[in-house]
Amino acid sequence: MNSLAEFFSFADPNIRYVVLGSVLLTASSAIVGTFTFLNKRSLIGDAIAHAVLPGICLGFIVAGTKNPLVLIVGAFITGWLSLIVVEYINRKTRIKEDTAIGLVLSVFFGIGILMLTVIQKSGNASQSGLDHFLFGKAAALVGSDLFAFLIVALILLVVVYVLFKEFALMAFDKAYAKSIGYPVRALELILTSLIVLAVVIGIQAVGVVLMAAILITPAAAARFWTDKIVVMVLLASAFGAFSGLTGAYISFVAPAMPTGPWIVIVISMIAFISFFLAPKRGVVYRLIRQNNIRQTINNENVLKVLYQLGEENKNFFIHRHLDEIIRRRKYEKSTLQSILRRLLNQGYVEQTGNLWSLTEEGKNKAQRVVKIHRLWELYLTTYMKIAPDHVHEDAETIEHLLTPELEAELEKQLGYAKLDPHQTKIPYQHE
Amino acid sequence: MAPETNVPALEVHDLTVAFDRKPVLWNIDLVIPQGKIVGIVGPNGAGKSTLIKSIMGLLPLSSGYTKLFDQSLNDVRNKISYVPQRESVDWDFPASVMDVVLMGRYSRLGLFKRPRKADRDVALDCLRKVGMEAFANRQISQLSGGQQQRTFLARALAQQADVYFMDEPFAGVDAATEKTIITLLRTMAQSGKTVIVVHHDLQSVTNYFDWVIMLNTRLIASGPTAETFTQENLQETYGGKLTLLADVGDLIRRENFPQREKRI
Repeated sequence: MNSLAEFFSFADPNIRYVVLGSVLLTASSAIVGTFTFLNKRSLIGDAIAHAVLPGICLGFIVAGTKNPLVLIVGAFITGWLSLIVVEYINRKTRIKEDTAIGLVLSVFFGIGILMLTVIQKSGNASQSGLDHFLFGKAAALVGSDLFAFLIVALILLVVVYVLFKEFALMAFDKAYAKSIGYPVRALELILTSLIVLAVVIGIQAVGVVLMAAILITPAAAARFWTDKIVVMVLLASAFGAFSGLTGAYISFVAPAMPTGPWIVIVISMIAFISFFLAPKRGVVYRLIRQNNIRQTINNENVLKVLYQLGEENKNFFIHRHLDEIIRRRKYEKSTLQSILRRLLNQGYVEQTGNLWSLTEEGKNKAQRVVKIHRLWELYLTTYMKIAPDHVHEDAETIEHLLTPELEAELEKQLGYAKLDPHQTKIPYQHE
Repeated sequence: MAPETNVPALEVHDLTVAFDRKPVLWNIDLVIPQGKIVGIVGPNGAGKSTLIKSIMGLLPLSSGYTKLFDQSLNDVRNKISYVPQRESVDWDFPASVMDVVLMGRYSRLGLFKRPRKADRDVALDCLRKVGMEAFANRQISQLSGGQQQRTFLARALAQQADVYFMDEPFAGVDAATEKTIITLLRTMAQSGKTVIVVHHDLQSVTNYFDWVIMLNTRLIASGPTAETFTQENLQETYGGKLTLLADVGDLIRRENFPQREKRI
């Protein structure tokens, strides 16, 4: 644990640079990325990331050195140019946006690689390190890099803070934003500039190829956990910051490990965890919920069988053998036993020896299900003119689903009818 | 300041709109007085939505102009409200009903400013008018179609405008919502507001609207419902396209022809 203490003391300025740089970068691009995600333009980040490479090379050719300012300006220019080309292709030809992005991305990146190769072969000594832009150099961040990161992160934060309401409105309903006279074009321009800015800075840490991941993945992960846009933005930046911190730490304890790719692996893991475990939207939650529904349906069906048998014998509390239930409704014996045991635990049935009977509560619950079933059949034949021999299957599902409010409404609309379409009595609770 | 009542709420002059060069609205001329509930009817592809979108400045015009209260849209923006089609947005967006209704206050707030307590009061009041106050904190992804439409309507009300353009507010809503909406529109018209509605259901036209605009890529008729919504006009609106007109439109697109000669 020594390394942990040493890492988090931030005594080593090198650690400080790497950690601060990674966190600033990931957190701020996650914030901008949230709006890209909500605008359903996730791919655009990838296009920009690839398109900045020729700009960087061009900057180097013009300046002759790796002057960061010139490189950034170059990156900014080609990043923007790629967007303009995408929009132009989209507007003026029949090619759709996704295809246009694919085209622009590969053409710009291809030119970038070409220029990079030429520069590397040119024998210019100061070119070494230019290829860092391909895969990032988070572990080698220095003080001056950090300063640039800080400035850009601040710009991103302030602009998003000031224009939060506007960006959210545009992501939700652009036509409306336009109709109330908001400068939609200018706002889009600002948001896109922010993305370009985030990408230009971000690729220095994680590189061209992985940039799209730190832009979009935090937002995609955050979306699973919340339905509030403010929370989503905060969560996305927290996920981003955490992955930045963890990535830096991993490459600190295992120096062979690269920081940038680890940042991406961590944020991807967060996304996977969100995908599986998030409440409501997560896969596991949905599985559990489906299982609960299946159990409810099984429980109620068995109660219903006992109730219907009781109707025939004019006594609801006769103790019955499993086979009697199975004759009415097909079950594996073991399945039926586990359903009955569950009902026993819930207090809806009683067991004497290997015989089972309804309790008073069980009878009431079963009666409600049967009542809804028959009411729904009647509703379908009365209001929807469906033939009586077609309504049973529908009612089999609806009987487990209806809320008490809808149940009351159904009773009222049908005037508390006495008989269902098959001339069977509809049982009401207070009879 | 309320506009003078004798000024028309809307004037459309020689309006032509094209998609991909193909004209979808030809030379529309119409004038709508204030305080009316106006229905825009016509078959699919008649340009009903296009008409209100181009009035709202959302589409480029090939020719003509529109005026609201005898002024250009930009001068009276605060008095005009637009309700887009319900399906035009993604209702899975992370927002609550209240968030959406508050957007109705954005035009008054302008850029940079955040909604204040008073704006929330207005929003809640508008939700009450559409019978949705109990849903203020509900996620919009959980709303039914009718509730989505009411939410959009509440947002429009929160703008406190004088003219409302609504794109198919009655499409795919339940009977209760339809009744709520039409009652609301009547109250609005009584207090002098003008409501212009894209409408599909011909059955309810005479019952709902004081004024009707009948459209089929060209203007068939515009006037008080009683005189305008006649058998002949219906025949002309729905009785098939003018084939020659449609063919010429196609030709303009195919040949990449400009719709209007450029004046130097």
